[in-house]
Amino acid sequence: MTEPRQPEDTQKGISRRNFMKNTGLLAGGLVGGSLFGGLLTNQLQKPSAPADMGKEDTHLLEARTFFSNAEDFLILSAATERLFPKDDLGPGAIELGVPYFIDRQLAGEWGMNGKEYMKGPFLQTGAVDPYESQADTTQDQGPNAETQVPTPAFRYQTPMTRGDIFMEGVHALEQTAQEKFEMNFRKLEPEQQDEILQMFDSGKAKMNGVASTTFFNLLLQTTIEGAYADPVYGGNRNMEGWRMKEFPGPRMSYTADIEKEDFIVMKPESLRNYQGH
Amino acid sequence: MAKKLKKVDVVVVGSGWAGGVVSAELAKAGYQVVTLERGKKQERQDYIGVKDELRYTDRYEMMQNLSPETITSRVKIEDTALPVRTRAEMMAGTDLGGGSVHWAGATYRWRAIDFELRSKTIERYGKEKIPEGMTIQDWGITYDEMEPYYDKWEKTAGISGEPDPLGDKRSNDYPNPPMLASPAVKLFKETTKRMGYHPFQVASGNLSQAYTNPDGEKLNACMFCSYCTMYGCDFTAKSDPLATVIPTARKTGNCEIRTNSLVRRVLHKDGKATGVMFTDTRTGIEYEQPADVVVLGAFSFTNNRLLMLSDIGTQYDPTTRKGTIGRNFNGQFNITFLGARGYFEKKKFNLYMGAGALGGTMSDFAGDNFDHSDVDFINGGGIEMRQYGDGAISTNHVPKGTPKWGPEFKKNSIHYANRSLVAWYTPAVMSWWHNYLDLDPTYKDEYGDPLLRVTNRYTDHDRNMAKFGIEKCSEIMKEMGADIIDEDEVPEEFDHIYSGGHYAGGIIMGADPETSAVNNYLQMWEMDNLFVVGGSAFPQFGGHHPTSTIGALAYRAAEGVEKYLKEGGQLAEAKQATLNA
Repeated sequence: MTEPRQPEDTQKGISRRNFMKNTGLLAGGLVGGSLFGGLLTNQLQKPSAPADMGKEDTHLLEARTFFSNAEDFLILSAATERLFPKDDLGPGAIELGVPYFIDRQLAGEWGMNGKEYMKGPFLQTGAVDPYESQADTTQDQGPNAETQVPTPAFRYQTPMTRGDIFMEGVHALEQTAQEKFEMNFRKLEPEQQDEILQMFDSGKAKMNGVASTTFFNLLLQTTIEGAYADPVYGGNRNMEGWRMKEFPGPRMSYTADIEKEDFIVMKPESLRNYQGH
Repeated sequence: MAKKLKKVDVVVVGSGWAGGVVSAELAKAGYQVVTLERGKKQERQDYIGVKDELRYTDRYEMMQNLSPETITSRVKIEDTALPVRTRAEMMAGTDLGGGSVHWAGATYRWRAIDFELRSKTIERYGKEKIPEGMTIQDWGITYDEMEPYYDKWEKTAGISGEPDPLGDKRSNDYPNPPMLASPAVKLFKETTKRMGYHPFQVASGNLSQAYTNPDGEKLNACMFCSYCTMYGCDFTAKSDPLATVIPTARKTGNCEIRTNSLVRRVLHKDGKATGVMFTDTRTGIEYEQPADVVVLGAFSFTNNRLLMLSDIGTQYDPTTRKGTIGRNFNGQFNITFLGARGYFEKKKFNLYMGAGALGGTMSDFAGDNFDHSDVDFINGGGIEMRQYGDGAISTNHVPKGTPKWGPEFKKNSIHYANRSLVAWYTPAVMSWWHNYLDLDPTYKDEYGDPLLRVTNRYTDHDRNMAKFGIEKCSEIMKEMGADIIDEDEVPEEFDHIYSGGHYAGGIIMGADPETSAVNNYLQMWEMDNLFVVGGSAFPQFGGHHPTSTIGALAYRAAEGVEKYLKEGGQLAEAKQATLNA
């Protein structure tokens, strides 16, 4: 059986698998990410500093598995960056890989509401009305996503999956940008993007199927998750999210330090370190 | 046609603390037991190397899959209930060991007054202290009678703690000393002591040292790794059924535990349970498991629904206020755990370290430890400050007024990541005639059976108690030296969020068959060989977390089942509760 050729194999002119076979790494079981990445970096590419050891993995995480349309993905990316912007504290959503994180979450069980009760009948709220009537008076009463502060409203009462909501939401961002500024969402000034996001946050934007707040809260929730989840999910690149927050990642034990008064900053470690690769 | 299995002495539904304790005790006594668990098999090895906040805390890895079955919810009797669809809104444990595997470990005995709340309140404050419509009642058992079972469970679980200075009489100390205290916990304890209160360290199912329990099960000392609540312990340092009663039951050779076995009916004939019908969720094959005694030791929702689907007992009807099945839904959620968050500018705590039950607490405002003459509620609860060990995703607390996204949010959420502490009140939730459980007329599970419907609304009583607690927590936070204090807001109405896993009632204990479904051995008044064990038996909630009361009741029930197997008949004498008249 032949291994399907990957685009990067062509670029580098060598199959990853053959490379490992040739060097005996596969047989030896040493297929850990950082070693693998490091070897490629050091031997096959331009020489670079050891600090770039994780770089190859980062590239491997960059491909869309949910958003089929590149433009949709760029709109999503621009929105996440406004929610969690790059500043002097450190990287923003895009640099942390948040858009790729969201893309993968939506492609999986969570995005498909695999473990949620999705049987009907579904509550008919004002949020679905735009199909029949453009009046937006009932928009505020739509179902709310789980990141919203508690309200007496029933939250998730839509047949749409989270993936569906994101697709509708991204299209609605673009449509709102066109209506308001006659321009692509991602080409707007940051302040203009914020203005649109604010409309979604407050439920004032028009969306099909759910209230715009529902989409906005999902977007905000996943942006935060993407910034701080273990890097294994594609966000929190190089643990930069954790570094900003002085969060050390998974550890075996804090028994020796639990009583200490001073704040202790540890070099972050990921699940990959923790699970012993 | 269901495939009929060989009859056993006892069939137990559920494998958490309730079902697990009963299974272990009866297997130890030499009876043939089959324990049915609808979830999958799990063991300590499943949690080694998986300290993953996204998967467990945010995506609810250990919680019940709601796609085949959930509950429906409404506030008022005239409303249409809607399904609670996502796991962010509805958290219930599943798999071998039940919800007890992901519990945090905070352990409290309920107070003497909790078991005789109605009569003691009337005794001290008069009948008018209990508002119209509040359906609280005595349990049909006293704290003194419960004490040996608490003691037994604490030893099985290896609880680590120091006694509550304002607590009721104990026959023994906790089997293990309290855990190490972090600076934040010390600050809480020292401050509240200075304020004249009686703080102590939260007793914990996270073990303070290596321990062998009376059944010979070995547990390790907690590592303060922070991955407790919502996680299984990878180190056997958190006491749960997987580490204690399940291996104990297995060792006897008398207990067969079947996972992926969803019990759908209790079978009965001529007023006696004959066994249960269950489906193997992997094959879809239906089985009948006959038994002399049936024990429902599942989650309270499941216990209730199984009785309703099996048409056992009389469904509670809020319009007549008669009937016992589904009566007095209560629990610990939403309006409990409200308090105050303090932000500290000069102090920075190592908040990423911790353990599920690492914390300080005080019971000065619990039970009848304070005078209720001038407050507009009865009972009360503990005030707690815990250091669970913060995850990076969930630690984004910012002072009120900070935008919830954008540059200022980013800056503040990072700045305060290790500078904020929260104290909360855990008030006892009382029962009301309008809060109950029944079957939903519209929504169904994957087998076409109706879902359980919850009807629940808040009362002024709940809101008054919550406001009182928030005020106390805020005062404590101020004394602790917080620069900014944000008080929680009391919600106007129940928000259909079933988080935290503490829902109870529906098949409640009592001495009077008119107002209770089970006697003080958890034996059904209407069916002598059916025992219903767990939080479903609470007539109303206590002011502290429920786990040890569930454990203690399970030991009580196990004793009852054994007694029934030897002597038969009804184990308790029914009493007309004159006080309820």
